[in-house]
Amino acid sequence: MSSVVTPKMLRPGAETAARPPAQRRRRKPLATRAYKVFRVVALIVIVLSFLAPLAWMFLASLKTNVDIYDASKTLIFEPTTANYETVLGRNNYLSFVFNSFWVAFASTALSLIIGVPAAYSMSRFAMRRSALVVLMARIIPGVSLLVPWYYVFSNLSMVGGYTVLILSHMFVALPLIVYILMSYYDSMPLELEEAARVDGLTHIGAFLKVTLPLSMAGIATASILAFIFSWNNFMFALVLSGADTKTLPVAIFNFVAYASIDWGGLMAASVVVTIPIMVIALFTQKYIVSGLTAGATKG
Amino acid sequence: MTVASLPQKSAWKAYSDWANDHRKWLFAAPAMAFVAILIIFPLAWTLYLSLTDASGSVRAESEFIGFANYAEVLTDTDRFWPAVARTFIFTGAALLVQVVLGMCIALLLWRPFKGEKWVRVAILLPLVATPVAVGMMWRLIFDPNIGFANQALAWFGIPAQPWLSGQDTALATVIFIDIWQWTPMVVIILLAGLTSLSEEPDEAARIDGANAWQRFKFITVPLMMPTIIVAILLRSIDALKTFDLLYATKGRGGGSFNEVETLNVYAYGLSFDYNDYGLSSTVLIIFFLIIIAAMWVLTRRRKDVQK
Repeated sequence: MSSVVTPKMLRPGAETAARPPAQRRRRKPLATRAYKVFRVVALIVIVLSFLAPLAWMFLASLKTNVDIYDASKTLIFEPTTANYETVLGRNNYLSFVFNSFWVAFASTALSLIIGVPAAYSMSRFAMRRSALVVLMARIIPGVSLLVPWYYVFSNLSMVGGYTVLILSHMFVALPLIVYILMSYYDSMPLELEEAARVDGLTHIGAFLKVTLPLSMAGIATASILAFIFSWNNFMFALVLSGADTKTLPVAIFNFVAYASIDWGGLMAASVVVTIPIMVIALFTQKYIVSGLTAGATKG
Repeated sequence: MTVASLPQKSAWKAYSDWANDHRKWLFAAPAMAFVAILIIFPLAWTLYLSLTDASGSVRAESEFIGFANYAEVLTDTDRFWPAVARTFIFTGAALLVQVVLGMCIALLLWRPFKGEKWVRVAILLPLVATPVAVGMMWRLIFDPNIGFANQALAWFGIPAQPWLSGQDTALATVIFIDIWQWTPMVVIILLAGLTSLSEEPDEAARIDGANAWQRFKFITVPLMMPTIIVAILLRSIDALKTFDLLYATKGRGGGSFNEVETLNVYAYGLSFDYNDYGLSSTVLIIFFLIIIAAMWVLTRRRKDVQK
């Protein structure tokens, strides 16, 4: 049959792309009963294998270290919040939560300020090569930046301060924001801007008063992802943060660097770092998905 | 914009006109300058350091030694070449499984079903979880004595495995963890590709009597090829540079026998554990060239399949 229907003939044309999603995704009548059963079982297995380890981490964070070592208390045990009390109380962990939040927030906000106009301009003027410069930030190995940064910033006695951390995390946030918003502006029709121009607005005025408000969904998508990736970043803070400016991933890492591992405390600390991100993910699922797939399905 | 030269126009108007005329670069320049300053200078510096014997302290005097570092690195079969091999094994194995498994899961999720939303949320969670925390989580699960992994093996009568602490099993275990965390990313990208596919070719083939496997092989896969390559491209950028997971599970130098030491971990260790900046820069330049080459091959491949 491959001679009848070659892949070349099958490229989706413009007329099919415009079909409404409801029709495109209608259920197939031919799906057999056996397949349906298989599908349900497979989906349950998939969901379990993705969730079980996370559930395991959460359960362990509610156990005493004695219970963690006891195989008979895998699922049935007396939950305790002692690990959380230790972590949040003794190790000034709350200040690390603040550091992580502040660095992720500030780097995302600053990246938006320079990234949104850049994405707009790069999309409208098709500046593919200039975009590549920004995307370089995503491709280059972070270690090769750290030695020179460390040298320069320690000469300016900025290492260990928030400024250098925020600057380095902007390196994570900016390429994401530019990449996601470029594909967003690529698919945004020009007509509205042109209408605004006819109404007497300047180019920049049309951008500020028409395009920008219309691209809020795209900006939200980009900000959420930038925040998550900055929050999760480990390597930059590992080198550039000081004792007071440590972010959560570094704080967790230091948990195991010395002495024997306090598993309950370590799991509580890991839960504390992942919970905020997971809550964000639960509420902004659609945005995250559209951000991760930005530009992936078209030329 | 001849109006700009008329004398009665205010300074603000002149400024505004100038800004509007130059908005292309006015908008793009700050972001580009930020990246360029923070990249070009370090890159040039790294290139320079790779030609010197800089070590000890970044401020220490260093001598220009030409390509001696490159000769040393490229003949180093003790740490460098094994690290190159591990980088490729890690990336290759993780990506292969992620794409195959990701495609299977994406096909399962393709057609709408009840509870679809919850399955999608479940798939999203590993992907957004902090890699260092994920590493710690799996350290507990794979702990040889108290971990759940060996407990589960015992139910089936399989002897306990050393997992992360075994010299031969550590690399496979971190590959497994990477697969757990990043298959969802591949699923999400492929699913977006599948949903944007047109149904007609599939239906035409069905009418021609093609079975499900034939339709998948001759219709879906060729049509999905550009999307599959994008998924591989995006994942390989991150997989080649994987650091958080490896450092969180095995610590410095990828463990005491360098079991999981990839190029990135090796370069980090040379810089920040041994302070051997010359050698580290050499490794980084080679690593960077490898990444660029991989990106180039993949983008070429993508252009080919799109024709």
